[in-house]
Amino acid sequence: MLEFRKDIFADERDDNLMEIGQPTQRQDMLGHVTGTSPYYDDHRFANLLHLKILRSPHAHARIRSIDDSVAARAPGVKRIIRAADVPVNLNTLLGLIQFGKDDEPSLATDIVRYKGEPILGVVATSERAALEALALVRVSYDPLPAVFDVEEALKPGAPSVNPSYPKNTFEYYGKYDHQKLRYGDADAAFAQADVVLDERYQMSPIEHAPTETNGSIAVPDTNGRFIVYTSTQALFFSLDTSAKINAMPSNQLHFIGGTVGGGFGGKVDTMTEPLSILAARLTGAPVRYRFSRHEEMQFGSPRGGERIYIKDGVMKDGRIIARKVRAYFDSGAYTRLSSYAVVKCAAHIPGPYTIPNVHADVFCVFTNRTPATAMRGFGVTALDFALECQMDKGATAIGMDPLEYRILNAYRDGDMKAHRREAKNCALIECAQVAAEKANWPLRDEFRKMSSRKDGGAAHVGGAADRTRAPASPAATRAPASTPQRVAYERPAPASPPRTAPAAPPPRSAQPPPPAAPAGSTHGAPRFSSVFGTRRR
Amino acid sequence: MKTPIQFRLNGEDVATFADGGANLLDVLREGVGDLSVKGGCWQGTCGTCTVLIEGVPRLSCVTLAETCTGRSIETTAGLRHGADLHPLQKAFMERFAAQCGYCTPGMLMAAKALLDRNPNPSREDVVEAIGGNICRCTGYEPIINAVLDAARTDSRRHT
Repeated sequence: MLEFRKDIFADERDDNLMEIGQPTQRQDMLGHVTGTSPYYDDHRFANLLHLKILRSPHAHARIRSIDDSVAARAPGVKRIIRAADVPVNLNTLLGLIQFGKDDEPSLATDIVRYKGEPILGVVATSERAALEALALVRVSYDPLPAVFDVEEALKPGAPSVNPSYPKNTFEYYGKYDHQKLRYGDADAAFAQADVVLDERYQMSPIEHAPTETNGSIAVPDTNGRFIVYTSTQALFFSLDTSAKINAMPSNQLHFIGGTVGGGFGGKVDTMTEPLSILAARLTGAPVRYRFSRHEEMQFGSPRGGERIYIKDGVMKDGRIIARKVRAYFDSGAYTRLSSYAVVKCAAHIPGPYTIPNVHADVFCVFTNRTPATAMRGFGVTALDFALECQMDKGATAIGMDPLEYRILNAYRDGDMKAHRREAKNCALIECAQVAAEKANWPLRDEFRKMSSRKDGGAAHVGGAADRTRAPASPAATRAPASTPQRVAYERPAPASPPRTAPAAPPPRSAQPPPPAAPAGSTHGAPRFSSVFGTRRR
Repeated sequence: MKTPIQFRLNGEDVATFADGGANLLDVLREGVGDLSVKGGCWQGTCGTCTVLIEGVPRLSCVTLAETCTGRSIETTAGLRHGADLHPLQKAFMERFAAQCGYCTPGMLMAAKALLDRNPNPSREDVVEAIGGNICRCTGYEPIINAVLDAARTDSRRHT
């Protein structure tokens, strides 16, 4: 059950909230328990046609020829849909916000770039008739060399996967082949570190596997428009993408959705709507395009696999003085949303820790795998897995408690992040303290007293150590070194070794007087806004 | 070739014509119009399409419709009595035992089969009973608690 710890930051918050903390019934719950919630496939139409897709059996191949003449005459077949039928057969999802080049066809034209890539569609009176017709289509391929590993894909001579990005990396701002973060001088700091940890992490692709597979039904309306019932998680995004691919004004499309049988990020790619609309347009009949479970698992885009290298420079007293990250996102054959995942990853480095020297390179790499997409915190999740494994290893390497190691290095309000933004609204330390309390995990007194407030925390690390935190190289003096490194445990304090904790609470951990309540505020929202960061200002 | 199929659905006689080899899931949804039954995998692995045939939970997507002729089938559409929800439905609502809701009809039917058979199940009995039903929003704990609640609040009504 939820527990609200109102004692934490109590002086910084109004608690006269009407809804927060109170259970509220979901408005869709009655429909769910009575089986009446309207999922896209719960709409019935007379003379519904079914679209099934022929998919590439090769990870990379040139299509030499396609013979669909027998299939076109098969029982129940109403229409074959070929690449040439797609009005705008090249798109990239984030093109709607001018991010990235069009790189993905709805139906492959001359080359297939991943196993399962759509090549041709059959519209028939039943799914079975469509599948039987698909089995009659003859395609001949010339297999091409394929690449499945992100680092292999970046080597000279690797097969080029995606013609919009011939070097196998997404291009940022039209010229950069990766996202880069530089703060201080990590290499110089490694030379001063007591321990250097160089580790490799690999996260596999993960399929969302929603219980309702991706699908949509496009229905010609009486006024020339199309009504589209869809499982999409991103209704207007899918509408605009479908309008672009079908070269029609978006006001010709009426999307109905909102009831989604599990998404988790796997239903934002607009994988079915453009072709179901096209099929409805070409046949004049309602058309359903529904992924089978096999299609969902094999060809529905997964969370991308990620390979992450992390090198930490750690001092024996627990401070992390440098962190170097090199991460490769496997985007699969096309961009979809991985370009954005990489930006999120770079923004999350080095994790919620104040580290004075940070160096990161993050790549969005094309391979001949299934294109990857959004999934629950994508870009951050795998990085956090790697970072937190690294934190455990770092703590072990110097014989420190892993939770205390995190609390020691955690952001405090006002600390300068590697992105040259001030940390604000920090609460990791309090979370760690409550977690330790719940788990009966012993924390030393000084760590129980630390706080995320500005400078809030124990100056328990020897003052002499401060100087090692200063970025080491001349280059670093440009920005970070001249910026005061606001690290809680750098505060001048009586020097004492970390494992013999001083009994006296550090001066900075004293609670500041509660700020006056803002005039006219009736609830906490403005003060807590993460956008404006006004919590403790 | 269409085959006539006749069975009892939630206490009412129904009849329809189905393609030879049609599965019960398609016949219920498309032939008879009971949309409370959902398809998740169409290959007998996820439990989403669970219905009760003669009181026993079955996967309708891999049940040949013709084998159901003359038999009694229960689905979520028949759970409520008029405006009154079944104790399981009430408990699912109160316990927040549904997120996306897509696995819920199958979960409810698997749970109903259990309570009909065993009005006072243990936690382990509930886990076993819904063991064939996948919830991808991973809300198993609230579902288990809801089934136990339903058993506690009313062990007579679920007949």
